[in-house]
Amino acid sequence: MAFIDYYQVLGVDKKASEKDIKAAYRKLARKYHPDLNPNDAEAHKKFQQLNEANEVLSDPEKRKKYDQYGENWQHGAEYEQARQQQQRQQQAGGFGGGQQGDFEGFGGDDFSDFFQSMFGGGGGAGARGGRQAKFRGQDYNAELRLSLKEAAETHKQTLTVNGKNIRITIPAGVENGQNIKIAGHGGPGTNGAPAGDLYITFIVEDDPRFKRNGKDLFANVKLDLYTAVLGGEVTIDTLGSKVKIKVKPETQNGTKVKLKGKGMPVYKKENQFGDLYVTYDIQVPTNLTDKQKKLFGQIRDEVKE
Amino acid sequence: MNQINLIAAADICTHHGVEYTFINSLSEAGLIKIKVVKKSTYIPEPELQRLEKMIRMHQDLEINIAGIEAIIHLLERVEQMQEEMRLLRNRLS
Repeated sequence: MAFIDYYQVLGVDKKASEKDIKAAYRKLARKYHPDLNPNDAEAHKKFQQLNEANEVLSDPEKRKKYDQYGENWQHGAEYEQARQQQQRQQQAGGFGGGQQGDFEGFGGDDFSDFFQSMFGGGGGAGARGGRQAKFRGQDYNAELRLSLKEAAETHKQTLTVNGKNIRITIPAGVENGQNIKIAGHGGPGTNGAPAGDLYITFIVEDDPRFKRNGKDLFANVKLDLYTAVLGGEVTIDTLGSKVKIKVKPETQNGTKVKLKGKGMPVYKKENQFGDLYVTYDIQVPTNLTDKQKKLFGQIRDEVKE
Repeated sequence: MNQINLIAAADICTHHGVEYTFINSLSEAGLIKIKVVKKSTYIPEPELQRLEKMIRMHQDLEINIAGIEAIIHLLERVEQMQEEMRLLRNRLS
């Protein structure tokens, strides 16, 4: 657990007055406040650090304790006391880490381990001044990873949020980075106010076989020279299965073929699908035998005539 | 018909320690929708998140209503651009 220089976080001098600290906090908060930085995890983290620094330095008692022990905080008697208190709080359930698993409230009320061992657990949740005080419950954010194949099917999934199981339906066709809102499954509101919402961001993993552009899929398929020249059949992987398609004689390298309806399902539009575009990548044979070379030579000579 | 819960503006004012005039000014600036039922003002539940965001800007960051108005419009554009970037990025990868 590392020492945190709260003065540095706020960019103020050790002799800074209460007014200086407040001004420095306000200035930086205007830059990093989560409400002004949507979907920016980096800014949220910074804001959390700011809050922690402000929590300590704007409170004369905490600041005194912090100044007194400084980098030697671990040797302080207070540290020991705080540690014990923290343990008790954890046993009692505390308010420390309320969220579970992959879920992280963007409000980020959890302070650092350093803070907790110096001042006890639960920092932030009961912070002074009503910072982040909300009537409506807190919104939670979560990420859910899906393979491309999973994203192509509607399926139900059970998630555990704060000890409660909720069943969600993931509609087929979700895109990478897409967000859905599950209303009312965020943190509880205060005094009967509505609960926050749960936002789920889908991370759809790349599939080595396909490139995706919205509802359409793109694939490169290797085609041997002989089939390309003489025509024939080739078996192509689609997302869910395989299809055999006819190859016209004298197919050129880079020819694109559209397989209608073999792309991704269209989000929330039942029975509508995108297309799969296949580009042929014709393979020139290697390691030819003398006989084969001779045969190619014959063709060449024929063409020349 | 979909039912929408209404929250008394007075409750929100008490909880956040804001004046009613603040909510009224936001409504006049077209930043939130309010509903008046029997002379009492209510906030439709879907507006609450937006309203609380503006209350935080006002209280935590000392931004006045004109500033909030400008920020809300800019934020809408930022979010639109983020969405556009997401789509373009997906196309590139």
